[in-house]
Amino acid sequence: MARFIARRIVYTIAMIIAMTIFLFGMSRAAGDPRLLYLNEYTTEQDWEAWGKAMGLDRPLVVQYGSWAAKAARGDLGPSMQHKKDSMAVVYDRLGATLMLALTGTLFVMFMSIPLGVLSAVKRGTVWDYLGRTIALLGQTAPQFWLGIMLIIVFAVWLGWLPTFGRGGWNHYILPTITIGWLSAAGLLRLVRASMLEVMDSEYIRLARAKGVGSRMVIWKHAFKNALIAPLTYSGLIIAGFVDGSVVTETVFAWPGVGRLGIEAVNANDFPLITAIITLVTILYVGMALLVDVLYAIVDPRIRLG
Amino acid sequence: MAVQDAPTGTGTLARVSDLEATGARKYWREFRRWPVLPGLVIALLVFAAIFAPLLAPHDPERSSLRDRHTPPMWMEGGSSKYVLGTDFVGSDILSRLIYGARISLLVAAIVLAGGVIGGTALGLVSGWYGGQLDELLMRFVDFTFAIPFILVALVVIIVLGQSLVIIILLLVIFSWNSFARQVRAETLSLKTETYVDAAKILGAPTTRIFLKHIFPGLVSTLMVMMSLRVGTLILTESTLSFLGVGVPPPTPAWGVMVADGRQYVETAWWESLFPGLAIMMVVLAFNFFGDWLRDFLDPRLRQTG
Repeated sequence: MARFIARRIVYTIAMIIAMTIFLFGMSRAAGDPRLLYLNEYTTEQDWEAWGKAMGLDRPLVVQYGSWAAKAARGDLGPSMQHKKDSMAVVYDRLGATLMLALTGTLFVMFMSIPLGVLSAVKRGTVWDYLGRTIALLGQTAPQFWLGIMLIIVFAVWLGWLPTFGRGGWNHYILPTITIGWLSAAGLLRLVRASMLEVMDSEYIRLARAKGVGSRMVIWKHAFKNALIAPLTYSGLIIAGFVDGSVVTETVFAWPGVGRLGIEAVNANDFPLITAIITLVTILYVGMALLVDVLYAIVDPRIRLG
Repeated sequence: MAVQDAPTGTGTLARVSDLEATGARKYWREFRRWPVLPGLVIALLVFAAIFAPLLAPHDPERSSLRDRHTPPMWMEGGSSKYVLGTDFVGSDILSRLIYGARISLLVAAIVLAGGVIGGTALGLVSGWYGGQLDELLMRFVDFTFAIPFILVALVVIIVLGQSLVIIILLLVIFSWNSFARQVRAETLSLKTETYVDAAKILGAPTTRIFLKHIFPGLVSTLMVMMSLRVGTLILTESTLSFLGVGVPPPTPAWGVMVADGRQYVETAWWESLFPGLAIMMVVLAFNFFGDWLRDFLDPRLRQTG
């Protein structure tokens, strides 16, 4: 167990380092970093002084080192668009995104697990077809389009919910469905497949033969084991949420980090996008690590293997 | 239908029911056995892409401000001049959809070719030579799987600018990994085959073993994977285009069309409905076709559900 976790931690750190190398490489590929601050009042002396101050006369490895050291302290330079520290700009927007990720996760869980189980247990019935249709829709319809269609139906035609922005609880419903549907679809299929497999196994038959009630067999014997396979999927759900938040926040004009990323791209704000990616990567690999550790606790085959 | 065409395993059953099958039921069975509907959609897509200039009723990039926001022809205010209506600059939506098929298919084809060639080569080398090289390559594959693609795409596009070439390159970089992983796994099992040993003993050069003995064993897997990947690729490309970092305007890409229509959902829902519907149909068709191909070529790969 300790060895497994240690290996995962090393891997996580390697991921973060690889990402920073990529970002640093990109920042140098973008051209001389001094160009970002150039304006009509810049003199020749300023230019040279900036070069010295930024350490551009030193070897690239040293430059990366000092860049990474500053990045580790959360200093990625001022945002060009917002005229203040990039990290501070990202922190301001983080809450909205995390709230959406939270409601999205809840939606994924409460939608796909019960429906997946129901779909497997009542195979071939209306429930099964409902579950499979929802899964199919989620995996084939583009996320951004699904969001817009939800707006058209529930906000424009029926007028039940607001079209965009962040406000009361009813602002959360459509974005939550949009961000979660894709992941819910995948998880639903996995839960269903895994449940079908487990329900077919010897020990379930034994439990039934012993006279264990149907509800007990499904929830105690089958369900617990059927959940192990879908757990691996949770890593992908997190990845889906990272990309999904960019899309969903764009569709619903949600004031979060994802939309900030698109704004940064449109304004060519390189320090800001670096800050966003650094923070998101750390959050993301941290979550993935947590999921792996949880997975090891649940499944002894991983822990001991 | 002829008896010898009946699939093995269900021989007797199929023959008995064939005797009973008459008229419509017979067609229904054939319809279910072959991917008729997905095949038609894919054929239509390819046809539209190739003959776009002949099929499109209007120039897809021509704007006509007098005709902007014209509804589809069956609605009040619509005209038969614009079957599916027009968008916010008065371009014909149907024509843009037809030309959009070109972009989607072009991007998918190039990316797929790149991904298959790169992934197969690396997978082969990794599986065949094993050892440290294999370890390194597979960790790298894990790494590419774990990266939130859209965020990376945003950085690259800030730095290098928005163009079709960059989008294709980015997608290639992120599409070889699944091929590499699968090809490696198959190579590992294929290289233990007796005929591969025989070829080695007879002194066949490694390239010959790759091309003549290993590669033919990979073809069916690769075909299935390719057809299943097309849908994902089209979805990813359209997502990038929707976010405004994909195919640059005024090229009529489906994702761009949905994005253009987004601001007018309250009055002109058709502007975002139709392009999204097109994406969904095509993705559905490729997914069904891929599933069918998998069952047809290699029933062992079949999953539950």
